[in-house]
Amino acid sequence: MNRPIRSAWMEVIPLSLSELWFLLIAVLFVGFFFLEGFDFGVGMSTGIIAKTDRERRTLINSIGPFWDGNEVWLITAGGAMFAAFPHWYATLFSGFYLPLVVVLLALIGRGVAFEFRSKMKQQRWRKTWDIIIVVSSALLPFLFGVVFATLMKGLPIDGEMQLRAGFFDIVNPYTVIGGLSVTLLCLVHGLLFASLRTVGELRERALNTAQKLMLPLAALLAVYALMTYFMTDVFTVRGWALWIMVVLGAVSLALAAYFVRQKREGWAFGMTGAVIAIAFASVFIGLFPRVMVSSFGAAYDLTVYNAASGAYSLKVMTIVACTLLPFVLGYQIWSYYIFRKRLNEQHHLEY
Amino acid sequence: MDPIMLSRIQYALTTIFHFFFVPLSIGLVLLVAIMETLYVVKGKEIYKTMAKFWGKLFLINFAVGVVTGILQEFQFGMNWSEYSRFVGDVFGAPLAIEALLAFFMESTFIGLWIFGWDRLSKKVHLACIWLVFVGTFLSALWILAANSFMQHPVGFEINNGRAEMNDFFALITNGQLLVEFPHTIFGALMTGAFVVTGISAYKLMKKQDVEIFRKSFNIAIIIALVSSIGVAFSGHFQAQYLVETQPMKMAASEGTWTTTEDPAPWTVVAFIDPDKQENTGEIKIPGLLSYLSYSKFSGSVKGMKELQAEYEQTYGPGDYIPPVRTTFWSFRIMIAAGGLMIALALYGTFLAMRKKLEVAGKWFMRLMVFAISLPFIANTSGWIMTEVGRQPWTVFGYMTTEAGVSPNVSAGMILFSTIAFTAAYTVLGIVMVYLFVREIKAGPFAVEKPEDHDESADPFGVDGGYSVVTK
Repeated sequence: MNRPIRSAWMEVIPLSLSELWFLLIAVLFVGFFFLEGFDFGVGMSTGIIAKTDRERRTLINSIGPFWDGNEVWLITAGGAMFAAFPHWYATLFSGFYLPLVVVLLALIGRGVAFEFRSKMKQQRWRKTWDIIIVVSSALLPFLFGVVFATLMKGLPIDGEMQLRAGFFDIVNPYTVIGGLSVTLLCLVHGLLFASLRTVGELRERALNTAQKLMLPLAALLAVYALMTYFMTDVFTVRGWALWIMVVLGAVSLALAAYFVRQKREGWAFGMTGAVIAIAFASVFIGLFPRVMVSSFGAAYDLTVYNAASGAYSLKVMTIVACTLLPFVLGYQIWSYYIFRKRLNEQHHLEY
Repeated sequence: MDPIMLSRIQYALTTIFHFFFVPLSIGLVLLVAIMETLYVVKGKEIYKTMAKFWGKLFLINFAVGVVTGILQEFQFGMNWSEYSRFVGDVFGAPLAIEALLAFFMESTFIGLWIFGWDRLSKKVHLACIWLVFVGTFLSALWILAANSFMQHPVGFEINNGRAEMNDFFALITNGQLLVEFPHTIFGALMTGAFVVTGISAYKLMKKQDVEIFRKSFNIAIIIALVSSIGVAFSGHFQAQYLVETQPMKMAASEGTWTTTEDPAPWTVVAFIDPDKQENTGEIKIPGLLSYLSYSKFSGSVKGMKELQAEYEQTYGPGDYIPPVRTTFWSFRIMIAAGGLMIALALYGTFLAMRKKLEVAGKWFMRLMVFAISLPFIANTSGWIMTEVGRQPWTVFGYMTTEAGVSPNVSAGMILFSTIAFTAAYTVLGIVMVYLFVREIKAGPFAVEKPEDHDESADPFGVDGGYSVVTK
């Protein structure tokens, strides 16, 4: 059993290394959903707001330079879990075997579809890959939403840290609402990103659709928050902290709706991004110090302490991460800066 | 079926498939980077055309490499959760660093490269492709650091039944890594080089875009020569390291049941009978195995029977002999393919330097087209030898492959996922080859014409997207 290791610098930042890594993984997931959230949304929107092949291509080009990098946030989160919390990684990934198979198939299909779709002009070819883009872009946030919802609700984890989940442990009203919430949230977020990167009719359509979806989204999120209050223990465990998050989330969503109405998509996009960040931050706040809640009782919970790697490994990883992260963030921001201009009719589109 | 066997089959299938694309990506991106460098330095458009043409093939290949790589990472947790619990502390670190250091770099700069031709200055654009190369290189380094730990575990101690890292420096200066990394990287560069020379030879035979493909051939054949010789030398060092650290794998790959005489002969071919633990009929070259093992023509090499007895003493009762036939033959196939590539690279370089490439006749060109398959055969059989030869261990001396499997995942689930992944991979493989052939046939001057009519392929439209709207 690993107990929290403290050293001198931690007097300043009162976190043990395993707590710090929990925070880092939370940040990676929040970053992943903020970033890939909009490219999932843009992926879905190619089946909703694009009328012609050129419009569809414009939408894909709007995320073209970014989506691959966004996905690496997930891969890094997975790698960090493996290294910092091997038990969390092992229990989660083996326990969610079948949903993850579907996640992987969707990631595979989506990843190659962006590259393959433009290689041929045949209708059937394009149509096939376009459907794969839309379906996988919707399926992935849904499945992630389901999985995160189950994490809060709790799962049958035994004394050997093995998760033996039945179908209804994973698929139930609470988790399905969670999945739908994430999917719709990503769709609106993506529509706003699309409106931010395009001009003319396409931008109008993106904004209008986002506006129409605001109310259903608010309703869905409210239902989900309510269910979370009754069906999980996170509000009792974290109390006021989660209430603050709920209020912040609601305010951000209201502001997003306001800015969409004003056709100020930049601010609106920022606000839906904030909703995503707040939602997923709440999951991690609600869980802490647990990483997985066992429905067999607190004794079986996986926590940041009993699931973590040794102190040495965590220290090495911390040094590596602190050295590399500034560069990673630096060039990622730079790439967004390079492609900051809107894509218009005159633009040469990369196929 | 047995979940352990199924997990093994799945791991083998997905890993072998993934490793068709990884070396080609590393090799191709280097060639593309060299071509674009020539464009920036010499300012000739032809090099830009070359970089773009080979770049297209690289991107198709890269896409498949990336998506199959994600599965590789997830698989450890999904199918091999006990393995992940046991070694996550040590093994997870290089994986996390790979993502942080290499994947972010590759994916960000590849995006900038594809979409940045008009938006970045020539030099910055060139820097992007080189950074992609550095990314793939670093990715290989860290994944091999992780693999080297499985072959030769260092830098850790066992605490509470888990491996815990206690020396990161030992992990990244692992002797196994120092021999495995150069061998794998040279193999990757060789793969890219033989694919480019092969395709170029095909186009030269057809007398299409001769200037471009002659230049491509000339650049690639030099890389082919350097890397194929590099592969041989680094392979030699790796074999010597193997004798010291994994003698059982060495003995199995040589089909050596009993300890050899001194000096040890090298078995060219043999009929191996694993049940009787002997070979019937062998062709041997005297002294060569001693040379391969110790760089001198003396010294005997231990046989599997003696090693089995030794291992039983150290690790307790059990069968420590890996599948001998597979190890033996994959080793020989690798060496044969490698030797053939050295010969072809030598002769090709000779022709290119004498500017006799097209005069030399079609037989050589045909051979080079056929040789596209060689690096893939060598890469695959090399890994089969490395991984199968390590069995029954997953972490040599510490954890058997059987012990690493997920206890909560049923055989049915693994069977389902294996079928699903195999189906998806088959489709991917077919599509990729088809697209490759298409791009090659179209050639470097197949400019995308600006679409004068807009195909309304709206799959969710009323007509299912079959109407064509003219603007």
